[in-house]
Amino acid sequence: MLALQINDLRKVYRGGTEALKGVDLHVQAGDFFALLGPNGAGKSTTIGIISSLINKTSGSVKVFGDDLDKDLVRAKSHIGLVPQEFNFNQFETLMQIVVNQAGYYGVPRTLAKQRAEKYLKQLDLWDKRNAPARELSGGMKRRLMIARALMHEPKMLILDEPTAGVDIEIRRSMWVFLKKINQQGITIILTTHYLEEAEMLCRNIAIIDKGQIIENTSMKGLLSKLNVETFVLDLPPNSIQPTLQDFDFRQIDDHSLEVDVPKSSGLNAVFSQLSDQGVQVLSMRNKSNRLEELFVRLVENGRTDNASAEQENNLE
Amino acid sequence: MNSLQLTALRTIWIKECTRFLRIWIQTLVPPAITMSLYFVIFGNLIGSRIGQMGGFSYMEFIVPGLIMMAVITSAYANVSSSFFSAKFQRNVEELLVAPVSNWIIILGYVGGGVTRGLLVGALVTMVSLFFVDLQIHNPLMLLLTLVLTATLFAAAGLVNAVFAKTFDDISMIPTFVLTPLTYLGGVFYSLALLPEFWQWVSKANPIVYMVNGFRYGFLGVSDVGIGTSVAVLIGFNVLLFGLAWNLINRGVGIRS
Ligand SMILES: Nc1ncnc2c1ncn2[C@@H]1O[C@H](COP(=O)(O)OP(=O)(O)OP(=O)(O)O)[C@@H](O)[C@H]1O
Ligand SMILES: [Mg+2]
Repeated sequence: MLALQINDLRKVYRGGTEALKGVDLHVQAGDFFALLGPNGAGKSTTIGIISSLINKTSGSVKVFGDDLDKDLVRAKSHIGLVPQEFNFNQFETLMQIVVNQAGYYGVPRTLAKQRAEKYLKQLDLWDKRNAPARELSGGMKRRLMIARALMHEPKMLILDEPTAGVDIEIRRSMWVFLKKINQQGITIILTTHYLEEAEMLCRNIAIIDKGQIIENTSMKGLLSKLNVETFVLDLPPNSIQPTLQDFDFRQIDDHSLEVDVPKSSGLNAVFSQLSDQGVQVLSMRNKSNRLEELFVRLVENGRTDNASAEQENNLE
Repeated sequence: MNSLQLTALRTIWIKECTRFLRIWIQTLVPPAITMSLYFVIFGNLIGSRIGQMGGFSYMEFIVPGLIMMAVITSAYANVSSSFFSAKFQRNVEELLVAPVSNWIIILGYVGGGVTRGLLVGALVTMVSLFFVDLQIHNPLMLLLTLVLTATLFAAAGLVNAVFAKTFDDISMIPTFVLTPLTYLGGVFYSLALLPEFWQWVSKANPIVYMVNGFRYGFLGVSDVGIGTSVAVLIGFNVLLFGLAWNLINRGVGIRS
């Protein structure tokens, strides 16, 4: 069963920004799925469309088989959303916020109050239940939004950068909590800038950049892909076709060869095998790899984000 | 309407009432004070020199209009500021992600505005009892005009909030449109006092019909036909609810 099925999703904002250029995404029920991408990639736009906050330009979205265009009420009921930006009324108390949210999904008030106790306790907010939301710290506000999203007990929880601006200790405890509810059967989709976070939590991952999905694979598959570098070797015209043991390689034409080299094993073995076969290598270059480039960018962003987060912590 | 939508409607209504009751000093007290001042100054001090208006003491004549004025302002202000602040703080998204129908969103907000309007109306009426013995000529007409006016201006407040981009935008219409129309809407005088031309112009002012319909409920006198009053009220209600529905449905100002 597919929890989420997105086909050829496009979004052009008023003003002309083309935020999504034909996104396809499939997420299995029960999955823990990461949508990873740099700033402005289109993560929030995708999530906004799934959760009816943004109108799509074209394409289709199905949530547990219910099409947003045909079965909107059912589709919405399956989803719990934790948005990127705080979007509760700062003057309402935590209790009011979560109980009212349940009411909007048709949960009767007495039941809503029981659930409020359950989820506010689980997210360590029960002591603050009668405080207005503006009195919470940033990390507490994030957890409040998670509690709010669970009030109607959705089948799928979507979190848009849930751990942004949250210190490492609370981030870890949020990870534990999310893993636990995923094990209880809730499908989870989260967006993040941090590969580390995706690695810790997710089974499958899609990478989005400039409004396009450039990779959609299992977490394991991604990590092994990232561990391999591809080189293009230029050979003299009309060389014999060499073979290479222990390496994946492709003969592109009669004078170029592509070889995938795991970062751990190095290039020497490639060259020695080639010279044994009498194949001369004229030159060699790195094959440009969008995933690789993006990954480097993400890691660099991650580093600067973490560095500034640490600085902030030091200030406190 | 199924139980999901009913629960949602109830929830929005409770949330709206909780909001204005929490800030009652801003929402309930000011109209009671303002209207007391009107009663003292216009009704008692000046009114005693004016003598009769439309066959009644000046105080009796202005009380229905003043109640109506308080109801209009409160119903309008409640929805316009609450919905605009929901847009501004983005908590309107709590409703947009949920399976609440757009009609329920509209009815919930309008319900909150009407409740505040009626509550303020009741308060002002109680205050007025210190100054005048109120008679009720036609309770049905009184209730009908009261409720239809409250729903009409609550819906208008919602439309205002949908278009508003800043807090200034929600005080513009009350200041530049509502207040003048109310003051010129026959609250303080009978249209019969005006030259024929201005009587004719006044009849283009919808508030004239509301004030007079309501006054008819109390006193049994009106400058305009009662049937026309009800028709104008129903017409404007249909217009504003239709407009509100169209705007919310298209996501104007709330969905990108
Ligand atoms: N309301 C809007 N109006 C116009 N353009 C928008 C709007 N929201 C987003 N965009 C544009 O759409 C593109 C994708 O933005 P989006 O918010 O989806 O990125 P993102 O992947 O969530 O980024 P981040 O990691 O910074 O949150 C960006 O170019 C952004 O400027
Ligand atoms: Mg985003």
